[in-house]
Amino acid sequence: MSAWLLPLIIMIIKSLVLMVVLLLFVAYYLYADRKIWAAVQLRRGPNVVGPWGLWQSFADLLKFALKEPIVPDGANKLVFLLAPCVTAMLALSAWAVIPVTEGVAIANINVGILYIFAISSLSVYGIIMGGWASNSKYPFLAALRSAAQMVSYEVSIGFVIITVLLCAGSLNLADIVRAQDTSFGFLGWYWLPLFPMLIIFFISAMAETNRPPFDLVEAESELVAGFMVEYSATPYMLFMLGEYVAIVTMCAMMTILFCGGWLSPIPFPPFTWIPGIIWFILKTTFFFFLIGMVKALVPRFRYDQLMRLGWKVFLPISLFYVVLVAGVLQATGWGGGAPAGH
Amino acid sequence: MNLAAAFFYLFSAIMIASAFIVIVARNPVHSVLFLILAFVNAAGLFMIAGAEFLAMILIVVYVGAVAVLFLFVVMMLDVDFAELKEGFLQYLPIGSLIGIGVLIELVLIVGAWVVAPSSPGASPTAVAPDLSNTAALGQILYTKYFYLFQAAGLVLLTAMIGAIVLTLRHKPDVKRQDIAEQNARTPTEVTMRKVPSRAGLQG
Repeated sequence: MSAWLLPLIIMIIKSLVLMVVLLLFVAYYLYADRKIWAAVQLRRGPNVVGPWGLWQSFADLLKFALKEPIVPDGANKLVFLLAPCVTAMLALSAWAVIPVTEGVAIANINVGILYIFAISSLSVYGIIMGGWASNSKYPFLAALRSAAQMVSYEVSIGFVIITVLLCAGSLNLADIVRAQDTSFGFLGWYWLPLFPMLIIFFISAMAETNRPPFDLVEAESELVAGFMVEYSATPYMLFMLGEYVAIVTMCAMMTILFCGGWLSPIPFPPFTWIPGIIWFILKTTFFFFLIGMVKALVPRFRYDQLMRLGWKVFLPISLFYVVLVAGVLQATGWGGGAPAGH
Repeated sequence: MNLAAAFFYLFSAIMIASAFIVIVARNPVHSVLFLILAFVNAAGLFMIAGAEFLAMILIVVYVGAVAVLFLFVVMMLDVDFAELKEGFLQYLPIGSLIGIGVLIELVLIVGAWVVAPSSPGASPTAVAPDLSNTAALGQILYTKYFYLFQAAGLVLLTAMIGAIVLTLRHKPDVKRQDIAEQNARTPTEVTMRKVPSRAGLQG
């Protein structure tokens, strides 16, 4: 009995700790997002709740949780309430495999990167289900848009991931980070040889998570609020939570794939004395700052241009780069610890 | 009973139950959603069997792409399925006849199943412990079955081109945006015209 109960309990405790820490971070990323946005537009942003508005996210949480969730009359009640849960659950479950520092991940599985890819390809369901179950025109249009948009950008994300794992020779996220651990410090990370791929991943990540300038799913000028029109209170909050967690996941992915995860940018003391998790958080925050700046600076894309960018620009470039990287690795014999086969 | 066995029974039970609901659900969207649940649980079973790569590919391909298309199509359909299912029971005799036939055949096949005794490689061999599941799959696909793999890729490519050719229509009178042409345009090529108020542009 206790042979399998104990690991299960330890796993649950680890997961809970990670989730609490992650949600705390997301609360402050949300606050940072609004502050960055406000600063670019010469506004103050949230500044009333707590010192400098630091408790704003928690006040919002309280407000959402205490309001009445309204289910529209013609809605498919079960699917309507299931959709936000699916979104939030999928976004959180991606963090099960992310190595925040050397040896610290809930599950260090060998196909970690495929797991993240699978989870992010599932996240379209929350939106489709929410859009359909609302039984209303705008949410349904948004659901159709989002399905096309997310499926399109997954293709180029897949190719970007392939270039990285060709270089690292592993699908394990921790191994991908270790493959970037060279004596050159931050010059040895993959952002340098794979720089075009980092750009494509950055833009595709925003399209995949429906961030501005690709937030056509909830374009308020065309679709009122997209698939979330009919949602209120806690279900709405779960959608927002899922969205922000997915964005932070994408930032963490960029950190792991291109910027050496928990590694120190300068590979000698005193920089290597700083715990890896600090570097990981700093890098993830840096990418989140960039995404926040993009939201403040770039106007929303038109839908046909979004599709053109995904299929006619990113797909050929990333496909070409996969062939190029594979060719270079084959010709030079570089590349990570790929098992020497036949 | 260890943890893996417990999860095996959990995944199997949910999978069989949801596969059954796929057939009996009245609402086709619910059917597709339960189909997705069945896929996800099948991926869990693959995971327990040690086939991590297959599990993830099952989710990426079937759940992430194929089932999205199913859901898409089913949502767009404007068919009264309750009406369609009326008189469904009149097919029960012939349907159960076919079902029983298939069941008998399956029982006969499974009962007489022997792995070819002469071939030494037919029994499942465990993957070498130092080789990950993905690497083992890649090594066998890209060495032993390389030509078959390439042929499968060619078939898929042909199917893709066929689908595009069948559905691509060029409408000549539709305004299209040519971004390269727009970017190459210089200010001298643009004529500025003043539009008078209440008169509009004449000619």
